[in-house]
Amino acid sequence: MVKQQVVLPGEVVPMPDASQAKLLRLGPGLLQTDKDIHAVQAGLVTNNPVGNAWWISNSKKRYIPAAGEPVVGTVTGRSAEYYRIDIGSAYPAQLPVLAFEGATKRNRPNLAIGTVVYGYLASASRGMEPEMSCVNAKTGEADGYGELKGGFITKCSISLCQRLLDPRTPILALLAARLPLDVAIGLNGRVWVASKTIRGTILAGNAITNSEFLSPKQCETMVDQLCTTMKL
Amino acid sequence: MVREVEPSLNEKTFLLQALHQGLRLDGRSPVERRELEAEVNPQDLGVVTVRLGQTKVTASVSCEIVRPFPDRPTEGLLVIASEFGTMASPAFDGQRSDEEVFIARHVDKTLRRSRCIDLEGLCIVAGEKVWSIRVDLHFLDHDGSLLDAACFAAISALTHFRRPDVSVIGEEVTVHSIEERNPVPLGIHHYPICITFAFFELREATLNNTSGGEGGSGGAATAADPTAEVIQQLCVVDPTLLEEQACKGRMSVSINSHHEICAISKAGGMPLDHDLIIECSKHALKMARPLITKAKSFATSATAKKATK
Repeated sequence: MVKQQVVLPGEVVPMPDASQAKLLRLGPGLLQTDKDIHAVQAGLVTNNPVGNAWWISNSKKRYIPAAGEPVVGTVTGRSAEYYRIDIGSAYPAQLPVLAFEGATKRNRPNLAIGTVVYGYLASASRGMEPEMSCVNAKTGEADGYGELKGGFITKCSISLCQRLLDPRTPILALLAARLPLDVAIGLNGRVWVASKTIRGTILAGNAITNSEFLSPKQCETMVDQLCTTMKL
Repeated sequence: MVREVEPSLNEKTFLLQALHQGLRLDGRSPVERRELEAEVNPQDLGVVTVRLGQTKVTASVSCEIVRPFPDRPTEGLLVIASEFGTMASPAFDGQRSDEEVFIARHVDKTLRRSRCIDLEGLCIVAGEKVWSIRVDLHFLDHDGSLLDAACFAAISALTHFRRPDVSVIGEEVTVHSIEERNPVPLGIHHYPICITFAFFELREATLNNTSGGEGGSGGAATAADPTAEVIQQLCVVDPTLLEEQACKGRMSVSINSHHEICAISKAGGMPLDHDLIIECSKHALKMARPLITKAKSFATSATAKKATK
């Protein structure tokens, strides 16, 4: 287990790989100024060796959009060109009606207000509303993004969502071993879950939120307990 | 003004489908309330923090000596101030929404208009000096049933509170500090407890629409179609935020141990049968009993602490 480092805004975060000419990926809470990397949020320095990604994880519920992050959002308005999507940030995101797989001017998706969509943020900057997309710009394929049908949205902390994307986090594997499950993780603090039965979906949603501060062992007992109480 | 974002169709449909099977999203049964946890700080008399699931409300009681109203020269004052911070919900942004006014009014009705505090006992010199008791309610996190948590926090804080003792010799009033003389508890006639119910209408079309917002506008039409036949009416106790947002109507009942309804509010929403209202009130009484015992226990916990000191 790597010793975790706590940083405060303004501190220089030493990067162990800085000497090697390896590409660093900076996530939420880190900012590069010339040579140094500074923390702009308080929290724990966290990294994922896959892709050499580094970020600050802390407990918060408000989402600050960043380009490239996957998000789960709700359609709150529609116009001829855009859908307006609530992603939990200060300003709603815009999702162009053409940013779907196979969408053309003639054949465009028709999403009702209140529909849940899974997409990624194509652009996010301070002065503009974030822009979402549900299609890979290079290949023109959906890559799993698009409208999410049925299921339920579980709201959890942003740091938990970040950890869920890490394959070392046990909870999703534990759940998958017990019931078939569809999950879409948004980095905006929303996780969409759907299983075949209502009980299964409730169980999965609660298990994910409960798992936040549990060790892998505790997660397993918690999931087993939930399975017995929900009679699954 | 920030408006609260409506929950998505998927969430609403899922909630209703689960309720149809008698399930709630946090594993409770429809007639069960969340476990209410209350914390008191032994250093601070009259400060109570109440948690109801994620919902969190702090009540703090303070007092000062003021001149009474001329038409009620022998009565003290009870002032209730509610503070809705954006920390609880982004929808609380300073300007009072209907929801906030509703909560503040119901708390006021439950505590002040039900005359649960002995105001005559707060008189020091008639027409000149009375105690003014102020309850500050801070709403810290919002996951439904703010009202239940707020009312309980307020009555527990009032029970826990002790005001400084005073002695009157002739015209002269002396306020004794807590070190000098034991502080005095407030006279509380009864303990009103607020219980909120949420009502749902289940329609055939919603339940069959298993895929949520399927087929674009088709999903919206089925979820909100007012012409579809209502097959079941449901009532749940202590709704969460999502349940509050998705329900067709809410009712809050404040009741005390003498079977007296101190306040009842139902602001709009679907019409209810007489029988249902009576049934809800009876259920509220059943649920209020353990809470009343809990609220009363704060008085003894405050004295016990003083004795050990």
